Amino acid sequence: MAERVLMKGNEAIAEAAIRAGCRHYFGYPITPQTEIAAYMAKKMPKIGGVFLQAESEIASINMVYGAAAAGVRVMTSSSSPGISLKAEGLSYIAGSDVPALVVNVQRGGPGLGGIQPSQSDYFQATKGGGHGDYRMIVLAPASVQEMASLTIKGFNLADKYLMTSMILADGTIGQMMEPISFEDAEIETYEKPWALTGTEGKRKHNVVNSLYLKPDQLEVKNFERYERYKVVEENEPMWEEYMMEDAEYCVVAFGIASRVAKNAVAAARAEGIKVGLIRPITLWPFPKKALAAAADKVKGFISVELNMGQMIEDIKLYTQCKRPVALCCRCGGMIPSPDEVLESIRKAQKGEF
Amino acid sequence: MAVVFEKPKALADIPLHYCPGCPHGIIHRLVAEVIDELGIEGKTIGVAPVGCAVMAYDYFNCDMIEAAHGRAPATATGIKRSRPENIVFTYQGDGDLASIGMAETVHSAARNENITVIFVNNAIYGMTGGQMAPTSLPGQVTQTSPYGRDVNHCGWPIKVCEMLATLEGPEYITRVAVNNVKNVKNAKKAIKKAFENQIADKGFSLVEVVSACPTNWGMTPQKALEWVESDMLPYYPIGVYKDRSAAKEEK
Repeated sequence: MAERVLMKGNEAIAEAAIRAGCRHYFGYPITPQTEIAAYMAKKMPKIGGVFLQAESEIASINMVYGAAAAGVRVMTSSSSPGISLKAEGLSYIAGSDVPALVVNVQRGGPGLGGIQPSQSDYFQATKGGGHGDYRMIVLAPASVQEMASLTIKGFNLADKYLMTSMILADGTIGQMMEPISFEDAEIETYEKPWALTGTEGKRKHNVVNSLYLKPDQLEVKNFERYERYKVVEENEPMWEEYMMEDAEYCVVAFGIASRVAKNAVAAARAEGIKVGLIRPITLWPFPKKALAAAADKVKGFISVELNMGQMIEDIKLYTQCKRPVALCCRCGGMIPSPDEVLESIRKAQKGEF
Repeated sequence: MAVVFEKPKALADIPLHYCPGCPHGIIHRLVAEVIDELGIEGKTIGVAPVGCAVMAYDYFNCDMIEAAHGRAPATATGIKRSRPENIVFTYQGDGDLASIGMAETVHSAARNENITVIFVNNAIYGMTGGQMAPTSLPGQVTQTSPYGRDVNHCGWPIKVCEMLATLEGPEYITRVAVNNVKNVKNAKKAIKKAFENQIADKGFSLVEVVSACPTNWGMTPQKALEWVESDMLPYYPIGVYKDRSAAKEEK
């Protein structure tokens, strides 16, 4: 049996990153992701790695940009207001096609918001955040185990597709402790011939750059990038289905909300309501096929989110509004109880969406 | 026939985009000559700014990256911390380094980050067409200070070297100019020292190069160089503002 250790979600991310070969961490303090930086500050100097507390979120993401361009596995972590500040760097990293891992342990917003868990950065993570046409791979862990395994997966995918992987977690999973295992982690490595290493007089200079003043060249660059994104959309969607075989209603939830939703689905089943759950694990690429397939068999959807209703737009989009979609949400750091979700399921069964 | 003058090897053999009379070409050349003389082109990584020198990544033959506006020292930090064996330099203008990137400048200096910063101060935003810079002189007319820089309204120009020299962190802070042959020669010496410091692991070196912008100052190249002497250098005096190793030796 695999060895299991009891860890906090945030620490699981840090340990997983180190196991994935990340030796460079640049960050700036913000609640509720502090444990990631603290863990890195303690561990990195002992394993020949670099932990550096930057002067700002902006500086830290630009340090990540430099390190990524230099060809090393690199990461930063923050929480919602800090991610807004990093948006500039995320756009440059995307425009320069270098790989990085960015963790967002979300808290309530907008503005300074609060420090309690939230999922209100769904739009920011999946639709942009920074300027320009670009995508990030967005991974949404629902357990401490997934905080670790998706971090390793995130590094692999970032290197494979030369883009940012974002771990979109929340304050709850960041702070809670669960037993986890690292033993089945697969670390992939990729050649980086484009990296800034110094020419050594042996090759033409490498240039890492996002500036293309000639519009036709910039367009081609974007076309090329979107061809790569298409491959990601085809090959990388991840999701979990729970009690969907005979489901007449489908709850859709990710991250910590999915754990509440799962309890509510089980309770509804006990009442005889045929309901299931689809849990997107990748928010981009969104599990379109799973949603489209569900739309052909269920009578309606219930989106459970810790925000004012963001993922619900993607559910409607990818089911082409074939079925009604109800919204069960709390925000500002509040979390719905299983009973609140159960009530939404009951209403859906009565046709109230 | 003997070759008596040629392009430094570290500089690509392509036309620069700079305006006629712009000293960026001289400063590029000085950096490239130093890279040649130190034999470090193969391990040098340059960081281009946002501003007139934005396309410097095409002009230097070493590996290059284009940073976000003002973030070159942070990007350079990420590179240097990943590849300490490489030589990393940034090439930045006054808007980039002393306005939007001031935090990155101050903190990379405070950390004594082992990088070389070439800071070109021509007292104006050139690329965007001549707006007031953090280093525009009191009374200086620009597109966004059409009645002259009013220090009561928008504050005083920042003396970067003097300010950074108050920090414990940095190794070497100096100001040079490129408005005459003597100053150009001294500028090269300072740039060379700034690279040598990095090779010797001494830490953060910044060379402020007082430059000119004939186009946006609305002057002929000759007149612009005269204005450097008559107006810029009195406010931004040439000199070594900090040299930790030299100070130690004196003791």
